[in-house]
Amino acid sequence: MHHSTLLSFVLHRKETMGIVGETGAGKTTLALSILQLLPERTGQITQGDILFDGEELTKYTDADMRAVRGERISMIFQDPMTSLNPVLTVGKQIAESLALHNSTHRTKEQIEARVDELLELVGIPAQRKNEYPHQFSGGMKQRVVIAIALACDPELLIADEPTTALDVTIQAQVLAMMLKLKRELGTSMIIITHDLGVVAETCDSVAIMYAGEIVEIGAVEDIFEGPCHHPYTAGLFASIPDLDVASDRLSPIEGIMPDPTNLPNGCKFHPRCPYCTDICRSVPPVDTVIHNGHLIRCHKIAQERKVQA
Amino acid sequence: MSGSLLETIGLKKYFKTSKGLLHAVDDINLHIARGETVGVVGESGCGKSTLGRTVLRLIDPSAGKIIFDGQDIMQYDKKQMKPLRREMQIIFQDPYSSLDPRMCVSDIIAEPMTITPGFGSKRDIRDRTAQLMQTVGLAARLADAYPHELDGGRRQRIGIARALALNPKFIVCDEPVSALDVSIQAQILNLLMDLQDDLSLTYMFITHDLSVVKHISDEIVVMYLGQCVESAPTDELFSNPQHPYTKALLSAILKPNLKSRGRVNDVIHGEVTSPIEPAPGCRFAPRCPYASDKCMGQDIPLKNTADRHRTACVLYQ
Repeated sequence: MHHSTLLSFVLHRKETMGIVGETGAGKTTLALSILQLLPERTGQITQGDILFDGEELTKYTDADMRAVRGERISMIFQDPMTSLNPVLTVGKQIAESLALHNSTHRTKEQIEARVDELLELVGIPAQRKNEYPHQFSGGMKQRVVIAIALACDPELLIADEPTTALDVTIQAQVLAMMLKLKRELGTSMIIITHDLGVVAETCDSVAIMYAGEIVEIGAVEDIFEGPCHHPYTAGLFASIPDLDVASDRLSPIEGIMPDPTNLPNGCKFHPRCPYCTDICRSVPPVDTVIHNGHLIRCHKIAQERKVQA
Repeated sequence: MSGSLLETIGLKKYFKTSKGLLHAVDDINLHIARGETVGVVGESGCGKSTLGRTVLRLIDPSAGKIIFDGQDIMQYDKKQMKPLRREMQIIFQDPYSSLDPRMCVSDIIAEPMTITPGFGSKRDIRDRTAQLMQTVGLAARLADAYPHELDGGRRQRIGIARALALNPKFIVCDEPVSALDVSIQAQILNLLMDLQDDLSLTYMFITHDLSVVKHISDEIVVMYLGQCVESAPTDELFSNPQHPYTKALLSAILKPNLKSRGRVNDVIHGEVTSPIEPAPGCRFAPRCPYASDKCMGQDIPLKNTADRHRTACVLYQ
């Protein structure tokens, strides 16, 4: 089964990148590969490099990777209800990562002080650290998960659908907090989401994924306001009910995501694409450069560019 | 399109808990006109699903009346309810847990017809099942497939076909698209709207997503902690939201464009308080930027503020 085939992107320091796609697009697999958390037997990185701060992560040993995870790169998981341990107090769970990555030899008291500081940072009163996850609401639990991820001042934070499980007003609160922390701490971020609204609010650059590939990548302005798009990107935007425009019908993308064990030949989007031609069915498209940093992987776009040139 | 198909008067549902009574639905008055869609919007725990189940009498209310098609169905016993059940159906939120994993697609869709008398022979039922699958856009080759073989969008189509099987007049759609991807969500919303036109169905559409209800509803009811805080025709609600909670919900929607960037910073603070034994007064007051002493002490009734627009807020009394 091929997943996340041929992906490349560059994330600059202090930048936030959004990775957008639907269920099964391979967004989470991509995040897990960066952290090398894929199951050993089934999930292998068959090709490619992951350069973090100039270092090749795929060459790291397990012990080296353990030192990276949680300390230099940390992750916020999608579901705050299941990513916390129900039998440990939230304070202990935050302290755990501090104790594991204790390179500065903090004492117990210093760790406790840091736990208090982290809880306050994410907007939870420090006296609640001795409570258990079930005593918190969904939004509060997600704040605890964020506090754990931030504990060791990571250089890169990967957030996998950080607000999908939350109500809209709570989602806005959590995003506002993440943006504030990012500004204050200067962390680089990768936000994985299916929600273009979240991307518009938080990201500097965006990668649109379909069936394991990045089909379009660019600055947030290119994706949201640029004139030229991959048909899938255009379809995603058209599927969202627009609050400002009255329309009777939505324009969904017809068909469904292909099965990753049985991907179509040529362009993987061709069975659903309204502009599909013969070449799309047989030859996989390559990236077309629209301008610096804005790339689209589509035959139609490539041909249009050629005609213009 | 005349008169209401479903009406509730002072509908209440309280659940007993160890800490006291939980006010899940508290004094809701709904009017759903024939052939129209009423959207019920609110955040998790506001009682919208309980309301949906209560109007179908899947849960019996603690107090209040439910008038369906001109009859007070609260007076009905179990036997009298049975023929009515054909006319009122529900589509559930989660297409993964609402289908029996050990039944194949055609059996799931046929089940309501096999357990209800009057649908003819096995053959008739099989024909109608095939026809229903076509109506909701399921390929005939999937008839023998099992739910686990299908994606969320197709499973939700099975749930819709099952709800349509008995030719209902009224369908409660309980978050039918929230578990689906956006491109699939649009397909299902279009399908629901087409079915409404073709079969003159009446919907109660429960959701947390205002952009979805705007698209599908004629009228919207906003719920907060079991109560209706505002109700209005869809266009009126979006052009002239009055209750501070409705405004907060509207401003919390993250739009997929860059013009509204920075919006998340103006959103309301705090979280939903407990629905157990709530104190009298406006339940939104602890989070409300305009709260004053007037909001506490007594319940704030819904007042007509414009044509068909009702708001429960001291600012509009």
